[in-house]
Amino acid sequence: MAKITAGLGTSHIPLLGHIIDKGESHTEKWAPIFDGFQFTKQWIKKQKPDVVILVYNDHATAFDMKIIPTFAIGCGEEYHPADEGYGARPVPTVKGAPKLAWHITESLIKQGFDMTIVNEMDVDHGLTVPLSMVFGEVEEWPCQVIPLAVNTVVYPAPTGERCLALGKAIRAAVEQFPEDLNVQVWGTGGMSHQLLGERAGLINREWDLAFMDDLQSDYDKLAAISQVEYIRESGTEGSEMVMWLIMRGALNHDVTEIHRHYYVPVSNTALGHLIYENADIAADLKTAEDVA
Amino acid sequence: MNNNNKPYSNIPGTTVFDGDMARIGFHLNQFCMSLMQASNRDAFRQDERGYVDQWPMTEAQKKAVLARDFTQLIALGGNIYYLVKLSSSDGLSVAAAVSTMTNLSPEDYMAMMRNGGRSPDGNRYVENDKPKEKP
Repeated sequence: MAKITAGLGTSHIPLLGHIIDKGESHTEKWAPIFDGFQFTKQWIKKQKPDVVILVYNDHATAFDMKIIPTFAIGCGEEYHPADEGYGARPVPTVKGAPKLAWHITESLIKQGFDMTIVNEMDVDHGLTVPLSMVFGEVEEWPCQVIPLAVNTVVYPAPTGERCLALGKAIRAAVEQFPEDLNVQVWGTGGMSHQLLGERAGLINREWDLAFMDDLQSDYDKLAAISQVEYIRESGTEGSEMVMWLIMRGALNHDVTEIHRHYYVPVSNTALGHLIYENADIAADLKTAEDVA
Repeated sequence: MNNNNKPYSNIPGTTVFDGDMARIGFHLNQFCMSLMQASNRDAFRQDERGYVDQWPMTEAQKKAVLARDFTQLIALGGNIYYLVKLSSSDGLSVAAAVSTMTNLSPEDYMAMMRNGGRSPDGNRYVENDKPKEKP
């Protein structure tokens, strides 16, 4: 059976992609940002997920003002990196996992989540920057990806409560899939940032760090945060953090935080990143190590 | 004062891209969207006024586009993720475009960010609409 073994949260700031694409991610200048992903790059090589369900928001790329789905799931065979106004990122084509994606879609709709189904779309920095930060510069992405796009561009975004519940529904769906697959769920976006108005540049370090603390066990408290509170406390774009709640909901109640990284600033934004393993998985691995 | 239908209206220096803004900004944002295609970017660069005239935007929106007046573009219904397609086609970084909406120069804005960004303290509520109980 398919199983969700781990999840991670990470910002998907476009500048990170620019730095990587210019070949400058190994330079001393950007070390404080990229060093925090060294652990992750080693970890993912050991984890070898077959499929990553990658929760992100489309930034007026595949969806313009004509159609704005609140939750959209990619059921396509592949997705090309988008030209966001300065040419497409020179990264590999993203391979989909259509069989699992259709299974999840059917299950989610039956569980009451009326997903928008997408068979063809380009993917922007929201999806490709996390892949680059975790897998580095590669010829091919070493796993299949199911894009799950959440509207956080037009107010209102889905509530934290709904996002947490969607994550739980995804877990139930994946666990019913008959193939043996190692599945991860990534929540991306945030952390605090505001890209407009006189208040642009807002960063709330205290809020961000408390969010990362509470996400492990007190996620119900986080799910009750309204979008207005996110905007007031962590900036207009800080409300992207509901996407981390989808990741959290997809994991078991008991998780082990095995890595964390926080850095201000990257461009206008507070960078946050953490990794959770489902506690039973962590225990299994530890047992395996002890036996070895 | 706080509008019950818009509980975010008392957040200072902030425009929330809600349904009202989406309505007035529809054509402006769709114009920005067209700049994702290289051929459209070229056409826009060659004749900016002629290009914007192909879109049913208001004159104020067109003038704000030509002036790259991001504060005005936000007020007229532009969404930042659409507007950065305009600034990106100018070769401007997002931070540089964003800084023009603040009272800081791009250099001072970046210096503020390097020092930890803008504090939320004093920036949560407009002066005359602070809640009585909550800090």
